[in-house]
Amino acid sequence: MMRMVLFRIALILTALILVVLVSLFSGVRFGIMLLAGFGFGVVLEGLRFGFAGPWRAMILHREPAGILAQLLAIGLVACVAIPMLAAHPTELSGAQAPIGWAMIGGAFVFGAAMQIILGCGSGTLVNAGSGNPVSLVALPFFALGSFAGAYHIFWWTDLGTLPIITLKGGTGLVATLIGLIVTAGIFFMLGKKGSRGLPRRYIIAAILIAVLAICNLLVAGQPWGVVYGLGLWAAKGAVMLGFDISSSIFWAASSSVGRLNSSVLTDYTSLTNIGMVIGAVGVSVWRNRDLSQPVPSYPLRTWFAVIVAGLALGYASRLAFGCNVGAFFSGISTGSLHGWVWFIAAFMGAFLGIRIRFFVGLEPS
Amino acid sequence: MTRGLTSTIALAGLFILVGIDIWVTPPNPYQSPPLVAFGSGFSASGGFCGNLLNEISTTVPGQ
Repeated sequence: MMRMVLFRIALILTALILVVLVSLFSGVRFGIMLLAGFGFGVVLEGLRFGFAGPWRAMILHREPAGILAQLLAIGLVACVAIPMLAAHPTELSGAQAPIGWAMIGGAFVFGAAMQIILGCGSGTLVNAGSGNPVSLVALPFFALGSFAGAYHIFWWTDLGTLPIITLKGGTGLVATLIGLIVTAGIFFMLGKKGSRGLPRRYIIAAILIAVLAICNLLVAGQPWGVVYGLGLWAAKGAVMLGFDISSSIFWAASSSVGRLNSSVLTDYTSLTNIGMVIGAVGVSVWRNRDLSQPVPSYPLRTWFAVIVAGLALGYASRLAFGCNVGAFFSGISTGSLHGWVWFIAAFMGAFLGIRIRFFVGLEPS
Repeated sequence: MTRGLTSTIALAGLFILVGIDIWVTPPNPYQSPPLVAFGSGFSASGGFCGNLLNEISTTVPGQ
């Protein structure tokens, strides 16, 4: 017992030492972002809060609790973020992006792919950290897909894109909250009797995720995101291997070149991504039972499907201007209309993804 | 094979990635921004998946 307590204290100290090191060598703001990433990872893994699983539970079993918790977290963030963005438009930026054909298609494909591997943007990172082999294999391909999606982004947006539509200020907040309440009401009514209530762990998780997302916005000046950091890692690798990125409008832009020449320890999404993986590892080690479980074995076609789904997750999330975190969670909570469209398209894609998951052997039918 | 092994591989991969990155592009603490963006007076400048077009339109002429 005493040995376990000491071990857990050592875990916490290790995490704090990493935060101090990043603060010393990159800057205190970046250390705080790593700490926020730890928080996301601990809450998501520790309280089993996610995105892909609850969507699946709603579609297959009409259990709406997880989605209701997601909407609660988004609403809590919106109450702080939308007024803050209106009051401080230069220091803070929202997850605001345009609606377009590629954006809708990208969200649909993302919704399908996240059901195939049962992991979204944050889920893939957290699951990889907690020892899920499917997410571990999908993660590097997610990063490659994100790099490639950004590489081709302007070809896709040329297919047709509306101007950015944002719900701003007090009116925008009221409209967002009404939208969330109506959506929650629809899921509540569609839900099976007896499974509509929110378990306590979901309420706690929604509040903690909301607090961390608000901290992310105030400290970094931008909302919580995942995909940009993954694409940046792949882009850095590509440049290191001699890949010519000058023909990509996105990667050859001065802002991208600046970030490629800077440490990942100064990139906000990279830091929260790193924190999420380490946080999930920490929770798994803390529990002291999860990591001794054997990993399931799958046939070759399943691993092929996982690789394709990983690439699709990364590529599609770039066309969709974010994943479940950057577009759905942060988009809606900062008043971007594209977040709502993303949610509808991705949820429709999830129906297809659930079928494909059975087909490729990731789950017995 | 247990989840412990896959978890260790994930962690090792992450540390290798960060290690190589530090070696190639070492961070500079003397260029660090203010503690918190909110109230700093500086524009938000981090990379974000939702801001691809805005970002390029301000950095690439003609886009």
